[in-house]
Amino acid sequence: MNKTDALIIGAGPTGLFTAHQLKLIGLDCEIVDNLDKIGGQCIELYPDKPIYDIPAVPECTGEELTNNLISQLKPFDIKFHLSERVEKVKKEDTNWLVKTSSGNTFLTPNVIIAGGVGSFEPRKFAPKECEKYENKSLFYSVKDKKIFKGKTVSIFGGGDSALDWAIELSKDCKINLIHRRDEFRGAQATVDKMQELVKSGKINLFTKYQMANAQGDQKLESIDIKHDNNEIKNLKSDYVLGFFGLIMQLGPIANWGLNLNKKTIEVDTEKFETNQKGIYAVGDICNYPGKLKLILSGFHEGALAARACFKLARPNEKYRFEFTTTSSNLLKRLGKKE
Amino acid sequence: MAKITYVTHENEKHTIEVQNGLTVMEGAVQNDIPGIDADCGGGMACATCHVYVKEDWFNKLPKKEDGEDDMLDMAFEPKTNSRLSCQIIVSDEIDGLEVNIPSKQA
Repeated sequence: MNKTDALIIGAGPTGLFTAHQLKLIGLDCEIVDNLDKIGGQCIELYPDKPIYDIPAVPECTGEELTNNLISQLKPFDIKFHLSERVEKVKKEDTNWLVKTSSGNTFLTPNVIIAGGVGSFEPRKFAPKECEKYENKSLFYSVKDKKIFKGKTVSIFGGGDSALDWAIELSKDCKINLIHRRDEFRGAQATVDKMQELVKSGKINLFTKYQMANAQGDQKLESIDIKHDNNEIKNLKSDYVLGFFGLIMQLGPIANWGLNLNKKTIEVDTEKFETNQKGIYAVGDICNYPGKLKLILSGFHEGALAARACFKLARPNEKYRFEFTTTSSNLLKRLGKKE
Repeated sequence: MAKITYVTHENEKHTIEVQNGLTVMEGAVQNDIPGIDADCGGGMACATCHVYVKEDWFNKLPKKEDGEDDMLDMAFEPKTNSRLSCQIIVSDEIDGLEVNIPSKQA
């Protein structure tokens, strides 16, 4: 059981700056994120795309913004729990008992949801039949490449993940690479390499095809792929890999008794608290009159939610507003003063 | 202003007057048309505002810009007439446009 003053769900820019604000005012916090890395949408969706509307930062990429936020957290000791999804949030006296997918538990008076549009999950194949083989013969990521040795693997997708795995696995597997169009969005060098392997017969390439069906009793035996002109081909396959990127799903958050509006959570604009005392929502996932889905708004919302946390975490103390330029308390926490 | 018709997967038709300069996605979201999620808010980063555009209109619309097809690779059941509705800007020229919403966005 981890005890902390505040638990932040989501390690995107809003979650990171909220952690900064909590630590600055003297509260502890820990961060949980379903992704295996820090940065949220900035790192998953647009690491290389420049952002132009962060105040005082004329231009920076999603990756640069994330790295700057991480270095702003350097003075503080913050525990990150990555590749974990928060599954359950339950009231226990004045605290919230939080459980994650890896079985970690937290006891905290404050839960701050900085979850963007929910947690990232792999995008799946459209045909229903595919579900039956999921995590047995059909995967959306590779955990152990040894299982594919000597087998026929059908790989779907046109980005770097699909191409990299097609190239890597072609060394000791029979590879079908299937993509919905002729153009690939992977790095040019990777596309060239793949085309070479197609020429030398190491990879069978099928473009303008998509998954149509999957067959096999217990184990997958073959798949049907459908061309844009509706022609169907049957491919014998021991394994299928799909790389269609990630999609954001609200996930278990929907079951925590919060006031939801579509995929967002209703909050007040003083504490950014939800209808549940001690549960806050900040950043893209929160909603209130006039809400803007901007990173700068998330920073503001996190700063206010952090102050609200103080009351519940330190009921017998009074929060006093201070500036980092002058407060020796804050400067000490920042490691700028003994 | 342009009249845009959104046809849901259940074949319900919603015809809405959308202001010039907005996107077809914004027209849907502001009017609570079901089936267009637009998770990323128009950043061409999520493919959850995916629509199908019938051939005659598909060829009349301004062409896809770089990146839209890359994103459509991720969409649920993309077809040759797939577009991201956040990339279709409303103008008088597209008055009468009809778009079909897929069975789901993910």
